[in-house]
Amino acid sequence: MKIDPDKCVACGNCLPVCPMGAIYIEPSTSRARINADECVECFTCYRGMSKEHLNPMFVRAIRKTAQFFRFRFDPEPDICPTDAIIPEELTWPRVVRRAFSDPQVPHESTGIHGRGTAEVKTNDVTNRVKVGDAGFVVEFGRPGVGARFRDIERVTRALAELGVEFESNNPVTSLMTDSARGLIRPEILDEKILSAIVEIKTQLAEVPSVLRKIRELSREVETVISVGVSTRCGGGDEEPLREILEREGYPTYRGKTNLGLGRVTIQSQNAE
Amino acid sequence: MTNTLHRYSEHYALERPANPAPVCNDFIVFAMASRGINDDGLVEKYRAFLRLALKHHPVNIGDAAKGGMLRPRQDLNPTAHWRRDYQSNPEDVIAGIEGHTTAAAVFDNYQNMKAFVDDVRNANLGISVNISAPIEDAERCCRETGITRHSVEYSLGFCGRVDKLPDATVLELTTMCGHGMISAHFAKKMIDWVKENRRSPAAVACTMARFCSCGVFNLSRAESILNEARMKNR
Repeated sequence: MKIDPDKCVACGNCLPVCPMGAIYIEPSTSRARINADECVECFTCYRGMSKEHLNPMFVRAIRKTAQFFRFRFDPEPDICPTDAIIPEELTWPRVVRRAFSDPQVPHESTGIHGRGTAEVKTNDVTNRVKVGDAGFVVEFGRPGVGARFRDIERVTRALAELGVEFESNNPVTSLMTDSARGLIRPEILDEKILSAIVEIKTQLAEVPSVLRKIRELSREVETVISVGVSTRCGGGDEEPLREILEREGYPTYRGKTNLGLGRVTIQSQNAE
Repeated sequence: MTNTLHRYSEHYALERPANPAPVCNDFIVFAMASRGINDDGLVEKYRAFLRLALKHHPVNIGDAAKGGMLRPRQDLNPTAHWRRDYQSNPEDVIAGIEGHTTAAAVFDNYQNMKAFVDDVRNANLGISVNISAPIEDAERCCRETGITRHSVEYSLGFCGRVDKLPDATVLELTTMCGHGMISAHFAKKMIDWVKENRRSPAAVACTMARFCSCGVFNLSRAESILNEARMKNR
């Protein structure tokens, strides 16, 4: 992403809008500028702000006049008046930033929007997480901190040593050179992204040790990690995961519940 | 995709209070089709899902590929600074669905959510449907509508460099867009504007909702958080 200095009027609206705080006003030019190393190509500034398409010279003249008389103008905070934010064509390896930061770009590896897979959201038809299984979604960088793949690899390498199974359809797994060792492609390790989700599967009995390991590893990284754990309910609506988590002292207040309303409609049509 | 899983409340504070207040105004129901399994006629299935939702007064509905009821505009003129249009048109969200996505409806009370879930169950759309809410409310809803839960996923909160996270009020607002499209800096600015009476909580909630690219931002909850923040030094 870049800001066209010929169009920018330094209104400052885009500065707080950036989730990474990567936009600033360059004092020497009095124009907004993007710190390319911190920008994660999430497109929030470009797509999230409304636009007026005004003439920059006209807007600068009005702003200067208002400034001279110390008028306080209270503009809408989410408008780029002159359409100054311009997306750049991204090349490898920078393109992975957008893939993991802009939720409106579907991942080639999963075909779905977002940074992970459908996990238990479609478990009623995929049966990905079975009774007795625990599915982990370990998300790096969220909320609002961002993460570099170097940190993510530090954790995936350690998890691989535990012998966990990485979800094969996950975007992070698709960027591994050796999933058995949790190694990620070296050329992307310094790329910063808004968030990435590592998905692993274990048996329920291993939940406490995996969570302890994640917590231990979280002290070695420069980002935040949010963790979700899932399981399939058995007959009679019972599931033992909550008790395990509460015994280990984790909060279990909020979560997602798959209602089991999904059906395999395409296969059944073929069968007919 | 865990965009509704980690919505922050006191239950996930680092120093958890003994009896955190329950979150009674944030319930999401979303639908998702799976490729090659049940995605035949998926556009109509998603549209039917959202049309059923509209009967139960959702505070937002969304299409993960395009956004929620409030979206940025590319055609504003300077009068917007005085007369900003805060009207939303849920029919545009429904008409805009074109293919694979996640369709979501956000409710600010349990009864509406439950009535919607009951309707969805009866509609038998064949796509996967999930509730993202306090686990006990989802469990109760299933019990009361005669649904047997298939799977559950728990949010365990945050660890690592939590010192880089903003304060609780900002987190409550920003995590309502789980993809992280609502910046903490922007949320802080909007809280300040509410405190300075430069904008109303309702207007600020609408402004923030435009950044949420999948439509799961809860306008009603945001308004109440901002109202509370106005009077407190949090």
